[in-house]
Amino acid sequence: MDFLETWGISIAVFVPVIGALVVMLIPKSWGEDLYKQVALAVSLVSGGFGIAMLVNFNFDDTGRLQYLVDKKWIEAISSRYIVGLDGISLPLFLLTLLIVPLCIIYSWNHFPEPHNPKALLALILLLETGMLGSFVAQDLILFFVFFEVVLLPMFFMIAVWGGEKRQYASLKFFLFTLFGSALMILSFLAMFFLADPHTFDMRALPTALQGVALSTQVLIFLGMLIGLGIKVPMFPFHTWLPDAHTQAPTVGSVILAAVLLKLGTYGFVRIAIPILPAAAVKVAPLIGVLAVIGIIYGALGCLAQTDMKRLIAFSSVAHMGFVMLGISTLTQFGINAAIFGMVAHGLITGMLFFIAGSVKERYHTLEISKLGGLLLDAPKMGWLLGLCVMASLGLPGLAGFWGEFPAILSSYSPAHGLNVELYRIFMVISALGTVLAAGYLLWLLQRVAFGPSKSHGDGHEQIHDMHVSEGLAWAPLIALIVALGVYPGIMFKSTDAAVAKSLAACLVDDKGPTCPELADMLHAERGK
Amino acid sequence: MLAEVAFTAPHVDFAALAPEIVLTAGAVLVILLDALALDKIKPFISIITGATLLGAMIPILWLANNGVDRSLFGGAFVVDNFALLLKAMFLLSGYVVVLLAMNYIAEGDYWESEFYAMMLSSLLGMVVMCSARDLLTIFVALELLSIPAYMLATWRKRDLKSNEAGIKYYLMGVFASAIMLYGMSLVFGASGSTLLTDVAKGLSGDNVRPTAVVGILFVVIGFAFKVSAFPFHAWAPDTYEGAPTPVTAFLAVASKAAGFVAIVQLIYVGFGTREDVYQPLLWVLAAGSMTAGNLMALRQKNIVRLMAYSGIAQAGYMLAPLVVAGNDKVGDKPLQAIVGYLVIYAAMNLGAFGVIMAVARKTRSAEISSFRGLFHYAPALTVAMTVFLMSLAGIPPLAGWYAKFQVLSALISAENASGVAMGILVGVNSVIALYYYGTIARSMWADDAPDGDLTPVRVPPALVSAIVITAAVTVVFGVLPQAIGHFTNGGLLAIGG
Repeated sequence: MDFLETWGISIAVFVPVIGALVVMLIPKSWGEDLYKQVALAVSLVSGGFGIAMLVNFNFDDTGRLQYLVDKKWIEAISSRYIVGLDGISLPLFLLTLLIVPLCIIYSWNHFPEPHNPKALLALILLLETGMLGSFVAQDLILFFVFFEVVLLPMFFMIAVWGGEKRQYASLKFFLFTLFGSALMILSFLAMFFLADPHTFDMRALPTALQGVALSTQVLIFLGMLIGLGIKVPMFPFHTWLPDAHTQAPTVGSVILAAVLLKLGTYGFVRIAIPILPAAAVKVAPLIGVLAVIGIIYGALGCLAQTDMKRLIAFSSVAHMGFVMLGISTLTQFGINAAIFGMVAHGLITGMLFFIAGSVKERYHTLEISKLGGLLLDAPKMGWLLGLCVMASLGLPGLAGFWGEFPAILSSYSPAHGLNVELYRIFMVISALGTVLAAGYLLWLLQRVAFGPSKSHGDGHEQIHDMHVSEGLAWAPLIALIVALGVYPGIMFKSTDAAVAKSLAACLVDDKGPTCPELADMLHAERGK
Repeated sequence: MLAEVAFTAPHVDFAALAPEIVLTAGAVLVILLDALALDKIKPFISIITGATLLGAMIPILWLANNGVDRSLFGGAFVVDNFALLLKAMFLLSGYVVVLLAMNYIAEGDYWESEFYAMMLSSLLGMVVMCSARDLLTIFVALELLSIPAYMLATWRKRDLKSNEAGIKYYLMGVFASAIMLYGMSLVFGASGSTLLTDVAKGLSGDNVRPTAVVGILFVVIGFAFKVSAFPFHAWAPDTYEGAPTPVTAFLAVASKAAGFVAIVQLIYVGFGTREDVYQPLLWVLAAGSMTAGNLMALRQKNIVRLMAYSGIAQAGYMLAPLVVAGNDKVGDKPLQAIVGYLVIYAAMNLGAFGVIMAVARKTRSAEISSFRGLFHYAPALTVAMTVFLMSLAGIPPLAGWYAKFQVLSALISAENASGVAMGILVGVNSVIALYYYGTIARSMWADDAPDGDLTPVRVPPALVSAIVITAAVTVVFGVLPQAIGHFTNGGLLAIGG
């Protein structure tokens, strides 16, 4: 037990990078299968530690950082190695641990051109370390380092294994994110020097920064808004996303959608809002406006797309808009919904990208106009696409609903100090967004899955339904989409207390709880 | 000082001078051996040079362990932690350059032993520079390190480009020296002393004499030539391109670092109280260097020229923290940032030149396009080059991030508009720089090799060890920056008398 307590997180985070080194050092002559076996084993070991930590996680005290490790790292700049898991990071940490092995299984027999499984697997494992580390880091510099570690593998994944315009897309992704990081690190440094005493410790910063002038806080918050907003991506900074998603190989798109985008939203929930609550109240309406624009713009963008992958990518912009809307309410309810939305979007959009990858492999195109009759050619895949589309448009009973609906609802009554009328307008517009979402997603389903098959009669090979590797990779995702849809309380139970704690600074300043009726609703939901 | 009439022999602490003595002895030995036993000894000259450099490390380690700051010649020559760390950096960089040069010089029909003797004496100048706390000592050290470097740049005797490189470097160099010397004389006139600590006293006060202002500006501008800061950078790309590649690596790393060492000492010990004079100048130099360097690097087709422009930009990042030097809240942060940056920059830049030389052994070209598809026939070199390029771009967890982080940290700690503005400029420039570093990295990994030629590159062991050493340093300092913080943090302000 003590071992898990002190080493659990570190092992789960760093085993993949060691695995990446091992994979790189295995000589080619030992056979290709060995890389895959080693990589899968490594990611499963990491996942095993994740499950062990989940089992031993104290769900009565999710607001506290568990498995906390606090060690010296870079004394010269008083940055420390602080890692820990609380109710907010746990679901995202586990999501990462789940997605990576599934990606390795999915690629088992079809590595994208130019093949080279060795390098691709090493990059995936390196990526895993970066993502896991970002979700557990409790020190700003440690967070920044992990946040950046993610960039390089993703850059190479798109640049080497990507589609035709990979050169343009990979560099665009890289430059956009690095620009965001540059502003983010400046904000972090500003917080460090303004804090009394100087510290990068996320736990200590909220109190250490209390004496800072509001105008300065707002400036710092805006720096983080751009830095994290690029990663989310929020409306004016989103243009890298469709390109990156469309050009990335399937596993790249899946990881990008399922985990990477969450680094941005997680940053808001974990860093920006708890540390600078007063600035958050000032900036929240701006976030709300951008979120709502993202919802509508993303949806309209979807309606105009002719490429299936690009359409799913634009739907991410819209879905992350709902997440940001939930965050912008600054209420416990809204942020709970946002975290649920992150996980749900990770599962559902990850799944959609998997299916898109498999469709591309069979039909050699993702042009929607050239697709059709998936239900006839490959009925199982067709039905799964149907299920995921339903989940994505927010059908009650599937995971997507619990991310979207409460986010809209929470904007009915935003936190104290925010303009209620404005947020009601957001609510109405974002509700319209769900209608558009149903529109573009059902239209996609109709064009891809229904109708006569377009592949027969012109010399195409027989379309194969799901392979075993696809089945293995998708089953856990589908199971979770349904399970979280039927019983969302399991996640709210993890996040609720942690969110309450992170918002403590906002709530204490107010006269009482921000929106009692919705808190009650949440309670009733959890009581069932 | 000048007033003393009767000459009394100064007390000389030979232990403090031991590294310089070892280097001098090594240079003399190389020349003598060459003169006495020409052909028999030739293959061993590079090894003797390497041994000299490592041998000079021994007294440095001893002095560091001893831990006492030593001051010689009335404070003109000081051995403290700052000096020792930088001396060690110069010696080890010199050692890596010897590794880089070993096969290049031996295979290329060059004057071999003279090459190493020149390098040793140039390194001697750099090592002296680390201890120089007097205007004259600084000038002597500068000339000692520069004059051999002028000659090294022309080492490819029959190559017109190499001659052009040397001549340009020489003319620009002596021009800079002249300006600097004139500036030094003005500073001496205004402060009444050449000793930096006394200069500081002489220059302080509410009113600054116009001669002092001109003097400070001229001295700083003189060194701006040395570190190839904009707008005094024009010589660098041509010289880098024409000079033999190991010499280019030497100029880009060691010679530039020596310029920075001098600037830091001048500003921190000598001109410290006159931040109203040097801050605006440095703002322009830093902002201009990073922006102009990066923008011009975008258009380069030749990798060595690209490294020259990227080096100009990196010089801008290194000058940036000095923009807030002298502010109360900042303390010695800029100093630490620059020293840390110099050490990390030496590792990553030498490593990059190592890979460039290794690849050129096969492709016989310095075009960026010759790096296309490197991954398909030299995966290890590709990984190494990626590490160096991304470190130069400042991506964690490679050492370059920490270097840049310290620069930003120093700038933000000033908590004033000038610092924050410079910080944003550094951030924006990092993104521009990533474009060209990233383009090379992508082309190595993703493109096809030219003409489908997949014969592997044969890299000699010396070059391999140079690349391995620098890559290891780049990764270790990135993951555990404490390793470097430990050195830069300790007693740096024991600088001066």
